[in-house]
Amino acid sequence: MIPATFDYLAPTSVADAIAALEEHGDEAKVLAGGQSLLPILRMRLNAPGVVIDLGKISELQGVTEDGDDLVIGAMTTYFDVLASDAVSTHAALLNKAIATVADPQIRHRGTIGGALVHADPAGDVGAPALALGASFVIAGPGGATRTVAADDFFEDLFQTAVGEGELLTQIRVPKHTGWGAHYEKFVRVSHQWSIVGIAATVRSEGGAIAEARVGLTNMGSTPLRAKAVEEALVGQPATDEAVRAAVAQVADGTNPPSDLNGDSDYRKHLATVLTRRAVLAAAGA
Amino acid sequence: MTRITVNVDGTKYSDEVEPRTLLVQYLRESLGKTGTVIGCDTSNCGACTVHLDGTSVKSCNMLAVQADGHEVTTIEGLAKNGELHPLQTAFHECHALQCGYCTPGMIMQSCDLLKNNPDPSEQEIREGLEGNLCRCTGYQNIVKAVQQAARQGKESGQQSGQGDADGNPVDLNEAEQTVGATS
Ligand SMILES: Cc1cc2nc3c(=O)[nH]c(=O)nc-3n(C[C@H](O)[C@H](O)[C@H](O)COP(=O)(O)OP(=O)(O)OC[C@H]3O[C@@H](n4cnc5c(N)ncnc54)[C@H](O)[C@@H]3O)c2cc1C
Ligand code: FES
Ligand code: FES
Repeated sequence: MIPATFDYLAPTSVADAIAALEEHGDEAKVLAGGQSLLPILRMRLNAPGVVIDLGKISELQGVTEDGDDLVIGAMTTYFDVLASDAVSTHAALLNKAIATVADPQIRHRGTIGGALVHADPAGDVGAPALALGASFVIAGPGGATRTVAADDFFEDLFQTAVGEGELLTQIRVPKHTGWGAHYEKFVRVSHQWSIVGIAATVRSEGGAIAEARVGLTNMGSTPLRAKAVEEALVGQPATDEAVRAAVAQVADGTNPPSDLNGDSDYRKHLATVLTRRAVLAAAGA
Repeated sequence: MTRITVNVDGTKYSDEVEPRTLLVQYLRESLGKTGTVIGCDTSNCGACTVHLDGTSVKSCNMLAVQADGHEVTTIEGLAKNGELHPLQTAFHECHALQCGYCTPGMIMQSCDLLKNNPDPSEQEIREGLEGNLCRCTGYQNIVKAVQQAARQGKESGQQSGQGDADGNPVDLNEAEQTVGATS
């Protein structure tokens, strides 16, 4: 299938893109890497009158450092995030999670911003962004920008704080230099979304876990952060026994979906197993 | 209609296209490059894989207008001066195809894989091709073909001493280099 007809705009600056969004209102749809949007348009699940392609806006691409933060342009492709030494050094968790997304061809086109705004609960980028305490820079009408904290960004299934007429421009990730990281993804077939995925990053000190961050993929309508587990891990040795006990309650309060890949209870069971594996791997055990 | 200018397999084209035209449709229907095929409706199969500025993409999951100003290499642009690309020869010799439908995409993705990793392990080959599905072969001979091409690339790189600074063979990536030189 091919998409329904639309008009195509390819602005070269954020200001022009915002102006185009203002002009076309809810007729308009933003196109990033297109790896989620094009399948949607081809299946005619959506038929916007105007497509605004962000592909020619160079200010939205690339990774830079700003003091204690990494600043990742929304249009930076998965491939370029994976190739970034700064990301591997200061936010290894993001690297580990993105390496599991889809396949090489899709990683060449798909963007980190597109993935985050798309907010598929089974997508692999939300949980690590949440666990790392990322913040999100959003540009809106009249050139206004605002910054939203990770805990407030994901609102519901496929819904984020990025409103109509707005663009996600940057993801700011506090540096977690020296933290071990692991993304444990459970899938049935290759190059597919997570049935459950666990993002864990750990700072170790003298053989014990000094700090931990844990994000959950596909355990509810948005990515979740397991703060109780993070606290329970502090001070624990990185042994199977200690970590097993600390993560045992990871599924408490979650509401994962039931579908052909597994029912809700199965996902809760998976989460405890995968969290133990992820934390142990992140701690280098 | 939107005007685009694209370089495909070394030839520059300038055309008016409907914005909704997929890159694969443009290649097949406007340029007659039917070597690139469509195998699915969900961007899963990889049969439509081509190179955009030297990196692999699924041409069913891109608009032709997004290729404006870029270079595209299809399976039809891999052979040089009537000589098959080493991967094409290896697929032929290793019997890496049965119906052949997945082959253009398999070869284009293998080419991308060897560019980034000239000496891949079996596991790395299987993972590098995870976005390409084959209904016939069971993959065994596809993996063998990529291994053979990698071996040949290494040998010809060593014999001619033409490897780059990292010792990567240059032959295998000839197509990419032409692309890279102008992008
Ligand atoms: C076969 C296949 C397998 C996949 N497997 C996985 C997987 O294993 N894990 C996974 O996480 N994902 C997977 N994906 C999805 C993939 O990661 C998408 O690339 C990603 O979800 C969207 O990023 P994009 O840049 O392509 O965005 P697009 O598809 O271009 O856009 C997605 C949505 O976000 C909006 N948008 C994009 N950028 C912005 C912005 N800057 N500001 C405001 N709105 C914006 C668009 O309007 C659209 O609604 C897969 C996709 C395919 C086709
Ligand atoms: S036709 Fe493009 S992935 Fe199947
Ligand atoms: S040879 Fe038939 S699909 Fe691969």
